[in-house]
Amino acid sequence: MKDIRTEEMLLNMGPQHPSTHGVFRVVVRTDGEMVLESESHIGYLHRCFEKCAENLNYLQVVPYTDRMDYLCAMINNFGYAQTVEKLMGLQVPPRAEHIRIIVAELNRIASHLLALGTYGMDIGAITPFLLAFRDREKILKIFEKLCGQRLNYSYVRVGGVSFDATDEILQEIQDFCEYFEPAAIDEYDSLLSYNGIFISRTANVGVVSKEMAIDYGLTGPNLRGSGVRRDLRKDEPYGIYDRFQFEIPTGDGEQGTVGDCWDRYMVRVREMRESAKIVRQALASIPSGDFVDKKAYKSVKPPKGEVYHKVEGARGELGFHLVSDGSAKPYRLKARGPSFCNISILDSITASGKCMVADMVAIIGSLDIVMGEVDR
Amino acid sequence: MATHEEIFKTLKEKFGDRIVEERLDAIDPFIVFHPSIVQDLAFFCRDEEKLRFDLLSLVSTVDYLPQAASADGKTPAVAGRIEVVYILDSTVHKHRLIAKACLDRERPHLKTVENVWRAADWHEREAFDLMGVVFEGHHNLVRILCAEDWEGHPLRKDYVIPDTYHGIKNVIY
Repeated sequence: MKDIRTEEMLLNMGPQHPSTHGVFRVVVRTDGEMVLESESHIGYLHRCFEKCAENLNYLQVVPYTDRMDYLCAMINNFGYAQTVEKLMGLQVPPRAEHIRIIVAELNRIASHLLALGTYGMDIGAITPFLLAFRDREKILKIFEKLCGQRLNYSYVRVGGVSFDATDEILQEIQDFCEYFEPAAIDEYDSLLSYNGIFISRTANVGVVSKEMAIDYGLTGPNLRGSGVRRDLRKDEPYGIYDRFQFEIPTGDGEQGTVGDCWDRYMVRVREMRESAKIVRQALASIPSGDFVDKKAYKSVKPPKGEVYHKVEGARGELGFHLVSDGSAKPYRLKARGPSFCNISILDSITASGKCMVADMVAIIGSLDIVMGEVDR
Repeated sequence: MATHEEIFKTLKEKFGDRIVEERLDAIDPFIVFHPSIVQDLAFFCRDEEKLRFDLLSLVSTVDYLPQAASADGKTPAVAGRIEVVYILDSTVHKHRLIAKACLDRERPHLKTVENVWRAADWHEREAFDLMGVVFEGHHNLVRILCAEDWEGHPLRKDYVIPDTYHGIKNVIY
């Protein structure tokens, strides 16, 4: 046995590998099972969204924002629409504000469901994935009824939303909330979150300290997983978020160290409960009236100027830097995709010397990236 | 949390006329600083107790083509510039700063700030890749989104879209 030795090897993970959640390539230098260092390569999905946007008018840009973070397109539409509205100084009707919050939070739940389902599968648990997709399907069905689309909605537009939410749809959303919180989430907790095997695969793995998370510009559940209480919905409320009561869950090292994979995972599970709370409150207070400012909707032509606006997406802070020269097309539109910053920390986590090849999969999954947004 | 006025005043006291412009009247107030102080400004913004901008949110870039003088003999102030826009956040004080550096678009060189915030690493690579801004002192300033052998910087306003790439024809509908 003493003849067995390990040696260094360069291993190429991806770009087509199920655990990389899209077309993402990592070159890993390994010694046996241990990872010595890694180097991330992105850009396989690059289509220069920003250049496209310069050649389209303001309304035509909306479908392109869907395809950035295609797992929570509602919030992308929402962020873009608010950016243009901020430049135009436009107020949207109160009913539209409520509908926007409802769909954004439902989409956040759908996105987190996919994140935790696939994360379980990365680790080796197949059943939670089936259950998560069962529940996600309910949300997608509601969205399909609302706007005819299951993924790329283009629903939230400058001036309001594209279709009104009928009483029937609102009732379905209410029924979903009753079904989902707390019963369905408790089921995930007992099946996956507190499963012994799952905990031993994720607790104390891929620890990101608070300082490191901020240094790399992490936002969203990844930052909160490291114990930083920062959420734009509370800190810089946009839309009508300041009217609703909800908590900001943060990682506290319950199963291991603060900022480990389990903490990041658990923040998402807890956020789903809070999102359901917000949806319930918004449903209870939704006023009747217009769902879109029809005049603004017909010709979107902001004045000359420059704005930066950001919203809390499912993966972190989604920002748009918009420069207008007064014409019908954006002069410059720069998007800050949260996943772009979130994944940049990977090489630094794996350089800790305590990371095994199997942990790489757990770490990438816990960062919950969407490559459509990284590469834009 | 400090207001924009207070933040701008703190920076003005420290850097004097190197803060070239303060625009409190803009929708999102911003300052313009002289490119030579980018590193000093970055360290000051991060470490000064009153500011504590510990999170670099975004490095954005805007390209303005040179323009001929209009009928009244004036050219817009932005003509012939590339602006590099830093968007900073503070997780401690929860305030925000937008700071711009205006570079000559013929030679857009600027010192890196990746030694201040590590988030700047990829943001600067992206700005180099798509806009051609050179960040001096960056440890690995290579293309990040486009292919390694891509030519030109697509987000420049005078960028010409190539007809072919490795024998693949570019079809424009």
